[in-house]
Amino acid sequence: MAEFNVNLRGVGSVSVIDVKGYLDAHTAPELENIFNKLLDERQFKVVVNFNELKYISSAGLGVFMAYVETMRENKGDIKFSNMKENVYNIFDLLGFPILYEFYKEEKEAVHKFGDQG
Amino acid sequence: MNSYNKIFEKELLIKSKTDNLAVIRDFIKSAADQSGFSEDTVGKIILAVDEACTNIIKHAYKSSPEGNIIIKIKFNDPKFSISITDEGSHFDPNKVPEPNLREYYKEKRVGGLGVFLIKKLMDEVNYSTLSGNKNQVILVKYLPN
Repeated sequence: MAEFNVNLRGVGSVSVIDVKGYLDAHTAPELENIFNKLLDERQFKVVVNFNELKYISSAGLGVFMAYVETMRENKGDIKFSNMKENVYNIFDLLGFPILYEFYKEEKEAVHKFGDQG
Repeated sequence: MNSYNKIFEKELLIKSKTDNLAVIRDFIKSAADQSGFSEDTVGKIILAVDEACTNIIKHAYKSSPEGNIIIKIKFNDPKFSISITDEGSHFDPNKVPEPNLREYYKEKRVGGLGVFLIKKLMDEVNYSTLSGNKNQVILVKYLPN
């Protein structure tokens, strides 16, 4: 069984999602549930902290693609932080760095929302 | 010193459930490690097989958990070959367009990335239809000198 955990917390007006373990076609629905919850609560500023994520497949990448537009249409975004190199390489292979912001530290990503007002 | 096997074969027969993806990844990892691939390359092979099996589960078997997936690994230094066979609906990878990420997320089309990733991650990818309505994809990675 793939181990995956997702946790949601608030940092000011920004929602931070911590992802941990293995994000694949089996576990991606858990992440979708969190995004659906954020939409219900009209929370559109999202930082995903990848510090403890060990593995991602396209099913996981697809979740971010499915929600980012809605976040942006509502003056929010999905920004990424603390990604390990092996995980970043997969995002890079698919061209994500052109369309998403990646930060080394969660704090930088959260502040970026502040800068945008 | 690590000693690696130069020639071996392994086989896994598994049902088409997404919670088996972790089992499949462990199976591939152990075989790729034994062959002497770098950690980085082992990661690529694992992901390619995960993507191929995810496509089989979702598309060939339309998420029914009763389908069979047969994974056979053949290593004959330097060729590491993984054949993945299913008995589900035929899948034509040539009908999957190269993804344009910007268009993709606008259209909320989240499938199709897997096929593209597999091509990027492996040295050779071959899809074929076998007798008895079986589909097979063979993924190959060569061990560098």
